Amino acid sequence: MSNSRRLEIAVGIFVAVGIAALLVLAVNVSNVGGLNSGNQYTVRANFDNISGLKTRSAVAIAGVTVGRVVSITVDPVTFEAVVEMTINSNFSEVPVDSSAGIYTAGLLGEKYIGIEPGGAPDFLEEGGVIRLTQSSIVLEKLISQFLFSQSNDDK
Amino acid sequence: MFDWFAQLGKNTIEFYARLGKEVLLFIQTILSFWAVILRPGLIIQQLYSIGVRSMLIIIVSGFFVGMVLGLQGYNTLVDFGAEESLGVIVALSLVRELGPVVTALLYAGRAGSALTAEIGLMKATEQLSGLEMMAVNPVERILAPRLLAGIISMPLLAAMFSAVGIFGGYLVGVDLLGVDEGSYWSQMQAKVDFDKDIVNGVIKSFVFGIVTTWIAVYEGYNCVPTSEGVSRATTRTVVYSALVVLGLDFLLTALML
Amino acid sequence: MPEIDNNLDSNIDNNDNNLVSIRNLHFSRGHSKVFNGIDIDIPKGKITAIMGPSGTGKTTLLKLIGGQLKPQQGTIHFHGENIPAMKTRKLYEVRKKMGMLFQSGALLTDMTVFDNIAFPMREHTELPEVMIRDLVLMKLQAVGLRGARDLNPSQLSGGMARRVALARAIALDPEMILYDEPFTGQDPISMGALVELIRSMNDALDLTSVIVSHDIQETLAIADKIYIISQGKVVGHGSPQEMNQSDSPWINQFVHGEADGPVPFHYPAHSYKDDMLQGV
Repeated sequence: MSNSRRLEIAVGIFVAVGIAALLVLAVNVSNVGGLNSGNQYTVRANFDNISGLKTRSAVAIAGVTVGRVVSITVDPVTFEAVVEMTINSNFSEVPVDSSAGIYTAGLLGEKYIGIEPGGAPDFLEEGGVIRLTQSSIVLEKLISQFLFSQSNDDK
Repeated sequence: MFDWFAQLGKNTIEFYARLGKEVLLFIQTILSFWAVILRPGLIIQQLYSIGVRSMLIIIVSGFFVGMVLGLQGYNTLVDFGAEESLGVIVALSLVRELGPVVTALLYAGRAGSALTAEIGLMKATEQLSGLEMMAVNPVERILAPRLLAGIISMPLLAAMFSAVGIFGGYLVGVDLLGVDEGSYWSQMQAKVDFDKDIVNGVIKSFVFGIVTTWIAVYEGYNCVPTSEGVSRATTRTVVYSALVVLGLDFLLTALML
Repeated sequence: MPEIDNNLDSNIDNNDNNLVSIRNLHFSRGHSKVFNGIDIDIPKGKITAIMGPSGTGKTTLLKLIGGQLKPQQGTIHFHGENIPAMKTRKLYEVRKKMGMLFQSGALLTDMTVFDNIAFPMREHTELPEVMIRDLVLMKLQAVGLRGARDLNPSQLSGGMARRVALARAIALDPEMILYDEPFTGQDPISMGALVELIRSMNDALDLTSVIVSHDIQETLAIADKIYIISQGKVVGHGSPQEMNQSDSPWINQFVHGEADGPVPFHYPAHSYKDDMLQGV
């Protein structure tokens, strides 16, 4: 009997270690249990240009990640980019007149959406829209603007 | 001239006959699972010889693979000043690819070959025939518990491989090469997605578990019942498993991207 | 007992005395015919020996009776039911009434002697472990190996392994035991022990025994009825005395071990003279 008991213990350890490894992967390595779980609400914002923003890009307030971009589509009428993002319910008191901008983390880093809180007494709710937006800075445009202004100055 | 066609036809018919036999046996084995579940003792025994005995090699290999990833990743990333992303590189390569694939390859060599040899020997020494004559169905008693144990073991082994590997990468990257500990973990957590990366890795190892265990079990059950036949079947198990795992890996990656 | 194939049953003589009746059995493996229409009756409670030169498919015959192989044509009636026509479930039921002693013993190598004999009981009965222990010890006592219960099969000599296998074959108290070459490769002492065991088991347990063998002396000594198969046909059958006195050249050659006869010494070939001259 003791033999089969040893067997059972070994198998028990094996299964427990395996499941523990899976949990470590889920909790410590990936972002499950962090922002993707729990309650969250969805808001929308329209941008002229989002170049570089992707689904799953971060949404930050004061540099702290509070949500993620869920989908990016193009409005067929206005040809604006419609970005849907989820924000964790812990941050449910974002004023309706807040503004959203697309920024870059570092010079070559990832694009993310930064929300600058406004001062209105009402808060954004599920399905709400952020009206004030600032588009992504396109490096090529900046450079060409700079070059043009340089050449104009030369004259 | 006609001989050539006859040969082609014969080979084709034989190929499909073999394929049909294999599929039938597979279905029979899967249908026997319910009978096996009623007898957990049989599965525990197989979990021991398939899972527990593969644990050591998987953990040690995972550790070294993780350390190599840490070293190589660091040397490449440091040129771009992006060594903070080391955690992401180690974790993603392990969870998405190396974990499931290397585990499956090691498993085929460790557990798969042992399974084929065991079942092949049982066939060569008439034990399978003996079971049949004792009114015990070898598909139910021998094949099904082993296949089930293999399917359970593989995702667990792959998870261990990845987890230990990430720890190995941490040791080399953070303790040895001085990557910032905070950014190792936080970048990893920011970029590794549960649904996309971890679940896909588990799906892969689940599929590899079915395929490699089935190849091992089938080769043993269908080997030529001589010592030469058993050793050939064992070789075939390792070769076929490796080929099928690598091929399927590409297919699954393409499907799940 | 359900009635199957009544039209076929009609030509089986004195049906009641036979446990197994084989009629017009054809079996071929690939393109070579192993059996070409054989008829065999195995009487209840007797020892029937099936003999023939090696390569005549004697083991195949046992596998056909056990339902592990299916014949292309013909019937094998066990208790009046046709084995090749059985569904898998039914077949496994019927096999519980049969024991088979394999040439190699076919003991399960990952269990002790005790567990090997307990195996069929644990698989097929709900008996409590205490009772299984008693039964196993009784079976082991019958084959004289009660002291070897804790050994592993790899520690047994060939003769002992065969006796353990015999104990396992009778574990479920079957009605019939099939012996596949029980005497091959045994030293004289274990041979004697096996001959004695097979005879005494058959009488004590009211078994029906089928022995497949080419060891003439031992087989003639214990068999009640003998069939001789050669080249896919039954070439003679009867009691051991009848075999010894037979004037059939087939039986004579086999019983007296003559090198040449109806079964030729030479594998079929071209004329020897032509072959030799070709090299010139």
